[in-house]
Amino acid sequence: MAITKEQVLHVAQLAHLDLTDEEVDRFREQLSAILDAVSKVSELDLSDVPPTSHPLELVNVWRDDEPRPSLSLHEVFANAPERDGDFFRVPPTGEVREA
Amino acid sequence: MIDTLRLTAERAIGLLERKEVSARELWDAYRAAIAERDDELHCYLTLVDEPNGEGVPIALKDVIGTKGIETTAGSKILKGFVPVYDSTVAQRCKDAGLATLGKTNTDEFAMGSSTENSAFGPSRNPWDPSRVPGGSGGGSAAAVAGGLAPWALGSDTGGSIKQPAALCGIVGLRPTYGAVSRYGIVAFASSLDQVGPTTKTVRDCALLYRIIAGRDPNDSTTADVPEVELPEREDLKGVRVGVPRQMVEAEGIEPGVRDAFEHTLELARELGAEVGDCELPLSVEYGLPCYYLVAPAEASSNLSRYDGVRYGLRVPDAGYHEMVMRTRDEGFGDEPKRRIMLGTYALSAGYYEAYYGQAQKVRTVIRQEHGDAFERFDVLVSPTSPTVAFELGAKTQDPLAMYANDLLTIPSCMAGLPGLNVPCGLSDGLPVGLQLIGPQFAENALFAAGHALEKAIGFDYVPERLR
Repeated sequence: MAITKEQVLHVAQLAHLDLTDEEVDRFREQLSAILDAVSKVSELDLSDVPPTSHPLELVNVWRDDEPRPSLSLHEVFANAPERDGDFFRVPPTGEVREA
Repeated sequence: MIDTLRLTAERAIGLLERKEVSARELWDAYRAAIAERDDELHCYLTLVDEPNGEGVPIALKDVIGTKGIETTAGSKILKGFVPVYDSTVAQRCKDAGLATLGKTNTDEFAMGSSTENSAFGPSRNPWDPSRVPGGSGGGSAAAVAGGLAPWALGSDTGGSIKQPAALCGIVGLRPTYGAVSRYGIVAFASSLDQVGPTTKTVRDCALLYRIIAGRDPNDSTTADVPEVELPEREDLKGVRVGVPRQMVEAEGIEPGVRDAFEHTLELARELGAEVGDCELPLSVEYGLPCYYLVAPAEASSNLSRYDGVRYGLRVPDAGYHEMVMRTRDEGFGDEPKRRIMLGTYALSAGYYEAYYGQAQKVRTVIRQEHGDAFERFDVLVSPTSPTVAFELGAKTQDPLAMYANDLLTIPSCMAGLPGLNVPCGLSDGLPVGLQLIGPQFAENALFAAGHALEKAIGFDYVPERLR
């Protein structure tokens, strides 16, 4: 099933990917082919089959709620692109106005 | 003189125990082999300069978090990332005295079957450097086959341990889901990812599995595992070996692969195994499409954490959302982007039930089919990869052709089952792999059968051109 350029752009927006025009064209073609192949799963009538989200028969795993050492602030920020005191610094989240 | 191409980890442990070599001599021998051959093979992304243990060295796939040692998952978005804590498996290796030689190459975020998706360039197959070592754990497999590590850890989501082991002529175990902790591992698809050993022999594989397996309080999906038994027996008397017809008859299996597999079945019968046919029709026909919905969906969620805020690459921009989107576009390579897009699409409103929901139901069917087969058989066998190692560049332009490499490894992964690759012969001078699948937590049965077959096959794991 062919997907449209608009669908590719919509999904890229949802996935926070700022694709170039070339990428949009290429992914439209490749994703259409992949979706064609994976759509095969819809051939099966599985209305009575329960889904598997996890391969083991899971039961709840409990542990005592005891304090344990955690990472120091120094470690937490060790790989931060930008730090401001005890915060990760990021660009403004609102609209950026021209100065 | 230590011959790193020939030396098994088990023998290396013996040499250390009897003080015939020192840990330093062992370390230096592997470093010398790396200096000699890694320019060509490119197994390692990062080398460690000083040993952090007094035991046998080990190489770790670069999705395994290592405190103080750069961990990139083969991605530009994690270039320069140095974990501040150890993954549980890295910690257990340290506790056992294993010294980390370095971090091995992988397809970006373990997404691929050739290591060609690594942001840092592909690894090459020690049997023929014009060919891929398989993937995603091609760096670990090529390192072990090329004598650049006595053993290594990989990770497997849909075949990333078993397939490179097959293409490089060594042993690889994908453990039962839940047998080995995922704590501190760069996540790809959380309901499928498992860490496991890549080794020269089945006994080495059991030894390393014994070190890493078992419940971990930091990963609530882990379980207690049966005590690991080192395989001794060299026969298969009373072992019921099932051959899934649809796997053996699958399209695209090369004649040379089929021949080596058939020959191995003959050996299994001679060793006393009861060999019979079984059926996995839906698992084989729908396994691949099911995987390429479930794994990308989980990946799209897991990879949303790379946003340029807390760690990893940040591409500056004036606004937050622009910064995040530019960081992800520049930081991720094509394959993660493709899978993020595919997964996001499969999970998006209006498509969820038809794609992800339906794939989860297919997964139930795959589990049931395997469960039925294990009522009659102790292990199932098939070729691991439909082909031997292919030339670099042969499949990079066609994602679907690349995905088809995992046709035979994927179904058991979807069911959470353990799988072992044992080299079973050569086709045109390149290794062919035998896949053994067992019920959940039946690793000991795989080691036993794998060891007996390994002895009977007599495969020489040293690449011919290096002998």
